[in-house]
Amino acid sequence: MSTTAPATSPATSGRQGLPTAEHSAALRRRNQGRSRARSVVFHVISLAVVAVILYPAVWMFVSTLKPSSEIIGSVSIIPTDPSLANFTKALAGIAGVSFWQFFMNSLVLAVGSVVGITLSCSVSAYAFARIDFPGRGLFFTLMIGTLLLPFHVVIIPQYIVFNQLGLVGTYVPLLIGKFLAAEAFFVFLMVQFMRNLPRELDEAARIDGAGHVRIFTSIMLPLMKPALVTSSIFAFIWSWNDFFGPLIYLSSPDTFPLPLALRLFVDQTTVSDYGAQMAMAVLALLPVLLFFLVFQRYLVQGVATQGLKG
Amino acid sequence: MTLTAEARATRTPASPSPMRRRRKAAETRAGYAFLAPWLLGFVLLTAGPMIASLYLAFTNYNLFTSPEWVGIENFQRLFQDPNYIQAWKVTALYALIGTPLKLVSALAVAMLLNNSHRGQGFYRSAFYAPSLIGASVSIAIVWKAMFIDNGIVDRAGQTLGLPAGGWVGDPGRTLPMLILLTIWQFGAPMVIFLAGLKQIPTELYEAASVDGAGPVRKFLKITLPMLSPVLFFNLLLETIHAFQIFASAFIISSGTGGPARSTLFYTLYLYFRGFRDFQMGYASAMAWVLVLVVGAISFVMFRTQNRWVHYSGESK
Repeated sequence: MSTTAPATSPATSGRQGLPTAEHSAALRRRNQGRSRARSVVFHVISLAVVAVILYPAVWMFVSTLKPSSEIIGSVSIIPTDPSLANFTKALAGIAGVSFWQFFMNSLVLAVGSVVGITLSCSVSAYAFARIDFPGRGLFFTLMIGTLLLPFHVVIIPQYIVFNQLGLVGTYVPLLIGKFLAAEAFFVFLMVQFMRNLPRELDEAARIDGAGHVRIFTSIMLPLMKPALVTSSIFAFIWSWNDFFGPLIYLSSPDTFPLPLALRLFVDQTTVSDYGAQMAMAVLALLPVLLFFLVFQRYLVQGVATQGLKG
Repeated sequence: MTLTAEARATRTPASPSPMRRRRKAAETRAGYAFLAPWLLGFVLLTAGPMIASLYLAFTNYNLFTSPEWVGIENFQRLFQDPNYIQAWKVTALYALIGTPLKLVSALAVAMLLNNSHRGQGFYRSAFYAPSLIGASVSIAIVWKAMFIDNGIVDRAGQTLGLPAGGWVGDPGRTLPMLILLTIWQFGAPMVIFLAGLKQIPTELYEAASVDGAGPVRKFLKITLPMLSPVLFFNLLLETIHAFQIFASAFIISSGTGGPARSTLFYTLYLYFRGFRDFQMGYASAMAWVLVLVVGAISFVMFRTQNRWVHYSGESK
């Protein structure tokens, strides 16, 4: 799809003898026309892909305004008789717990994750990126290894231990890993970011007598802001969407975060009430979509650098 | 580095070694202090549990009585368990078909976007969005509603000549439905491909044009080799991801792995055995087989990468 047409490259036009002024003007005009045509084709194809990709999302939003009977069979984007009845049902919650309680539970878990990950991963990443000590290489390899490790192999013993400690049913098992830098993705992201910061800064500080704590808190942390923002957004969204962890550790509905509440809602409402289900699904996704709209640049860049340095 | 070394050398010209040794010890202490959260997490939440589950894999344990050593019985039972075989079939099909399709879509769209047309940022974000929400319960609910009997996909399919009927209840069509869901999330690998494409020097393409290379040749001889490290990364991560699908399959099958075990993914079956039946030994054996398989796949990919992954310039 590399679209450097031969005609635009000076090497080829030079080969065809000396072009007259007239000739090259015509050529330029032709190229301009061609690149405009190409641009139109590009936008047509891209918009078509966008339409296909976003259709499920748009359909989901519109469905929340339709009565359930109209949702299933209707391909149409426009509801015939829009109403907010589905949202009323969704906000009423399930199992005697209101939607806002579930929302707060999700929020507590997500904010806890963000705090834990920001603290623990930045500190650990500093050790990997800036301190020279025996064993660092080995630990770094192990850390990368955990990126590839299927989580299945640790959840069973973890569950057994948390069960013996009487912590099943609390948020401790869901949050402790975040405070112990167990999510290698974030450590890795921050290490990569720190390695790109100029070393002269901390060396100058060292000469001035600053120790690692000082360098970390007053030089690294302020400079790491973009990496911290990216990590926080991902940490928030992943925690918000997490289903497996809450599913195995939580059993009482008043502690449920939104994904578990949604599942309960789907199981307990009548099968045909897609309108209310969809309304709750949309409400559960709203914070994620909001984050996405505000921070999309950080997110996309975070993904891009992660892949490139891998 | 040179600056501090010089400064130190001028200050203590006679014997730098005791001081340097002391500094080194201080560095080591600082290193371990800063690494403490990760180290603690690694020992308590990763290494420890891995060893524990390796032990449990050779026992029968139901949480209430103490583990009973049974040798390799769990592993023998695994490979005679028709549900386990089914779980492998479903998961392998999903990974083998879904991952390549997702990556091909990601690469195709990345190449479409890799030019200087306006609006690129908008498209990139729009295509990336599904990756953020695709694995959520919310989207699983939407997907289910779209593919249900007489739903919009069913109706659209009928006009295209597909047999009528919902995908959700048809064992032959639940896997395609979930594969479509994973392809829908092509945005994350696409963003990575796009970043990789931008690093390919345009001179390479210009030189190839001068030599009369067509677009196909340029793709095969320039784009693919230059992109191979990124391709390698995407392939590895997406394959491992594919083994971990859970929420979508759980919600779409109403927590059953059905219809007719057609969505009985590996993680789902492990959840049933471990956290519904509390057969912790059996589930641990399952987990370890998965680790060995994923390890073998990663090993093969890393070992063969020098045959097809091309690292250029400063990166390696």
